[in-house]
Amino acid sequence: MAAKRELLDVLSTDARESVDDLARQLDVDPETVEQLIAELEAEGVIHGYQAVIDWDSINDSHVSAFVELNVELDRETGYEEIADRIVKFPTVQSLRLVSGDYDFAIEVTGESMQSVSRFISEQIAPIPEVTQTVTHFIMDTYKDGGMEFGDRDRDDRLSVSP
Amino acid sequence: MRIADRVRSVPESGIRKFFELAEERDDVISLGVGEPDFSAPWAARTAAIDSLERGRTSYTSNLGKRELREYIAEDVSRWGLEYSPDEEILVTTGASEAVDLALRAFVNPGDTVAVHEPSYISYVPGVRFAGGEPLGVATYAEDDFVLTVESLQKSGAADADVLILCYPNNPTGAVMNERELSAVADFCVDNDILVIADEIYAALTYGREHVSIATLPGMRERTIVINGFSKAFAMTGLRLGYAMGPPAGIDAMNRVHQYTMLSAPTTAQFAAIEALRSCGDAVEEMRSAYNRRRRFVLSRFSEMGLDCFEARGAFYAFPEPGGDDEAFAEDLLESQGVAVVPGSVFGEGGRGHLRVSYATGMRDLKEAMNRMETFLTDR
Ligand SMILES: Cc1ncc(COP(=O)(O)O)c(C=O)c1O
Repeated sequence: MAAKRELLDVLSTDARESVDDLARQLDVDPETVEQLIAELEAEGVIHGYQAVIDWDSINDSHVSAFVELNVELDRETGYEEIADRIVKFPTVQSLRLVSGDYDFAIEVTGESMQSVSRFISEQIAPIPEVTQTVTHFIMDTYKDGGMEFGDRDRDDRLSVSP
Repeated sequence: MRIADRVRSVPESGIRKFFELAEERDDVISLGVGEPDFSAPWAARTAAIDSLERGRTSYTSNLGKRELREYIAEDVSRWGLEYSPDEEILVTTGASEAVDLALRAFVNPGDTVAVHEPSYISYVPGVRFAGGEPLGVATYAEDDFVLTVESLQKSGAADADVLILCYPNNPTGAVMNERELSAVADFCVDNDILVIADEIYAALTYGREHVSIATLPGMRERTIVINGFSKAFAMTGLRLGYAMGPPAGIDAMNRVHQYTMLSAPTTAQFAAIEALRSCGDAVEEMRSAYNRRRRFVLSRFSEMGLDCFEARGAFYAFPEPGGDDEAFAEDLLESQGVAVVPGSVFGEGGRGHLRVSYATGMRDLKEAMNRMETFLTDR
């Protein structure tokens, strides 16, 4: 179990570690690593492996927004049902039920502000249970997936020291 | 210029040469660094910034801020160490100052100070500056670099006045368990030897807890325990350490400290308070990262057929390629651009070994191991 937890710690910072390198770092054999990963995937603990990308650093149109969503539940419809409908849109990157002033926090991406706005007004707002949306366009990203996007930390240590 | 004999008698450190060689090129991956690659936890850094913004830039009391001494007392209790913040803890400018103070406070001219080798490079010069006579006590690869009573006896340490003990060890990464320490403790009690225990790597052990010699029977009254923030909290540049011991010992050290240093850096003391108050998780994360790198490096060494005992402390591995360690390190740097420190720099007992620091990011570590493997195959 400890190995499983540590495996997740490593993969969550670098999913591209090879099985052999993972085995060396966790002091288990490569077969064990493969088996643990297979288990974690089968159990739905690991859902996938993605690169953390600073989209602003390439000249490509990429717009993201956080959307606050308020909903009104009724006897037939709960949060789950509403979420099931929203997650199906490929534009929706993440969907979370949150505590506080609103119910859902959604992250959406699109090619332009218009396309994102249109998506919200045409696909999300009309859902019968949705009572309110507030869209926050993302202006700049400083950190994502646990990675800082600013200047890479310089190593200013002396190259050899006692 | 007129230079005192005491200073003239101390040669330049062997580390300097490798530093200069490594600085000559810009493609070097250095495994020769004796400090963390992490920065101090952000909360500790902001506490330092806050203190500056509030204008807290005066001296503190000689012993260090009272609040800091209280946090230190609480923190070290996890190793069974009990010291009163009032008169048994002295905050210093790095563990380095604490070692120097202890030597000046407890060593009379001509006294013998036993230093196990290989060891941190500052002890022998420190003994000389204090007017003492260093006595090397060998530790061996076949004992996993643990200090043994046989070795103490053989080198004549029974007549020593002081022993400097450093576990977890720089440069070997060795640790000592309670049974092994007990033997050394009994030897020190029997021969009335004062112990300066440099435990700066105490928080960085893997797979077992650190044991302090000061907790063993008869040792508290003859031991000064030294620790600091440089390694565990990645705060090397903030220069903060501390010494703990019986009131008479701390008072003696403080007598030197109050005239030569007044007080340890105030800004660093604010950072250290916050470090002890809230940065335990950050330390644990760094420790886990070191442990993964340690296993990685040891496993790569074994794949390359490079002999290495299982180091369980600090962030060093101490492999034994055999032959002339200095030539090996120079060739490795020259042909592969990987810097390590030859073991002989740390004393006779280090000959034939290399100190490999894994306080380096995983990516560089992987590349460095590949280059070392190439080097060994081509040789
Ligand atoms: C064993 C040992 N003691 C003391 C020190 C110095 O520590 P500080 O930065 O607290 O002066 C070091 C630093 O490399 C060390 O390795």
